[in-house]
Amino acid sequence: MDEFWSAFSAAFGLIAHFDQNLIEIVGLSLQVSLSAVFISALIGLPIGAGLVLIPFRGKQVVVVVLNALMGLPPVVVGLMVYLVLSRSGPLGVLGLLFTPTAMIIAQVLLITPIIAALTRQVVQELWSEYEEQLLSLGCGPIRSIPTLLWDGRFSLITSILAGFGRASAEVGAVMIVGGNIDHVTRVMTTAIALEVSKGDLSLALGLGIVLLSLSIGINAAAFMLSEFAKKRIGA
Amino acid sequence: MVYSSSILPLNVRDISFEARGKRLIKDLSFTIDAGSRTMILGANGAGKSLLLRLCHGLLDPMAGVVDWNGNATFSKHVRERQAMVFQRPVMLRRTSIANIEYTLKLRGVDKAERSERAYEILKRIGLGRLANQPARVLSFGEQQRLAMARAWVINPEVLFLDEPSASLDPSATHSIEETISAIAESGTTIIMTTHDLGQARRLGTDVMFMHRGRLLEYTSAESFFEGPQNDLAQAFLRGDLLWWKRKEPYPGGGIDQGALRNKED
Repeated sequence: MDEFWSAFSAAFGLIAHFDQNLIEIVGLSLQVSLSAVFISALIGLPIGAGLVLIPFRGKQVVVVVLNALMGLPPVVVGLMVYLVLSRSGPLGVLGLLFTPTAMIIAQVLLITPIIAALTRQVVQELWSEYEEQLLSLGCGPIRSIPTLLWDGRFSLITSILAGFGRASAEVGAVMIVGGNIDHVTRVMTTAIALEVSKGDLSLALGLGIVLLSLSIGINAAAFMLSEFAKKRIGA
Repeated sequence: MVYSSSILPLNVRDISFEARGKRLIKDLSFTIDAGSRTMILGANGAGKSLLLRLCHGLLDPMAGVVDWNGNATFSKHVRERQAMVFQRPVMLRRTSIANIEYTLKLRGVDKAERSERAYEILKRIGLGRLANQPARVLSFGEQQRLAMARAWVINPEVLFLDEPSASLDPSATHSIEETISAIAESGTTIIMTTHDLGQARRLGTDVMFMHRGRLLEYTSAESFFEGPQNDLAQAFLRGDLLWWKRKEPYPGGGIDQGALRNKED
């Protein structure tokens, strides 16, 4: 029991003293996950809106596939990215394997379907309500995309936060394509896994507390945004 | 308001519309001239709202033509000269003034002029103090007036109104009717559906009476309220319930085009 409390105490000590190693790992984790979320939002938002507003054959199939991709196993994504970026793979010449860029690519593949699918749901709901009014005002489906994304902004930010939550908590894919190299590709989740296996619980716990705080912070932000939206725009 | 290259008269010729194998609009023909206030009356399911959507270009007729002053295609020019207010106002998730500005933005009005015109129209309909309130938290009546302001701000030549005061109390209905009168006085032609005979009498210059997708009577409001020619219209005016006649032939042979009294007759 003493060991348990001493691990907690050491963990809080690391956080309180801004331990260099911990800060570096947290910093890289945020850099990778925020980059991935930014790129995924750029791709996922228009895809989600386009799936509602642009008519094409096979749309239902695409929607079903997109929904299925929301549950992509991270290790499978990691393996695919590894194969593509490895020396013998098609993009091996770029030398991206075991770099933060490879980790960003893997996370983009994981969370773009989440953001796109959630965007589709938000935009679908809005379009059902707005369609006649926007068409009446002379705003066709394509021109309506920015309007719908703007009016759904608070719900969409929540979707993006969900993507960030998934990215920051993910371990399998970044472990495979990043390699968990100290000072290069070590992020919170991979560091926790490594430190636990080494028996160094204090750093693992310290990172765990930061990760948990991040998760709680994201959920709190999503909740506050939703409350703010209700007051500000009556959404 | 003087309009260059008017889109009126509206000539509707033999239009039909069906959904799920059921004909909801049947061979309708009529003409609406500039400056009129046409009230479309009829029971639920008569096809009034559907007719508005067909004329406004939200739906395409399956047969027949909706012709705007000789222009049978729903061109940008035709579309931009008309507006519609729906029974349930749809407010964008923005402030009241931003809802109006959005319409002006779609019409290519520059940013500085947008705010000025939007605020002006809000003041005109008595919603100036609510300009910065989120539109969706306004009362139903206020939202409906805001929807009318959003339509009016573009100075439409034709305004379609789909039961704009349904579910509103007398005070809110009065505000809506005042707004409709002001819009009409500014030169806009009004085409409006309503269940409310009193409202049709107060606002209309012409009346169309529809029943189960057919136009049974189209005449001046004065003539309609003095005594409609069609038996069903007479029954409607008396306040009879029309649904029980569903399986019976139309009194007076109203089912045939020959029995329809057009405005020109």
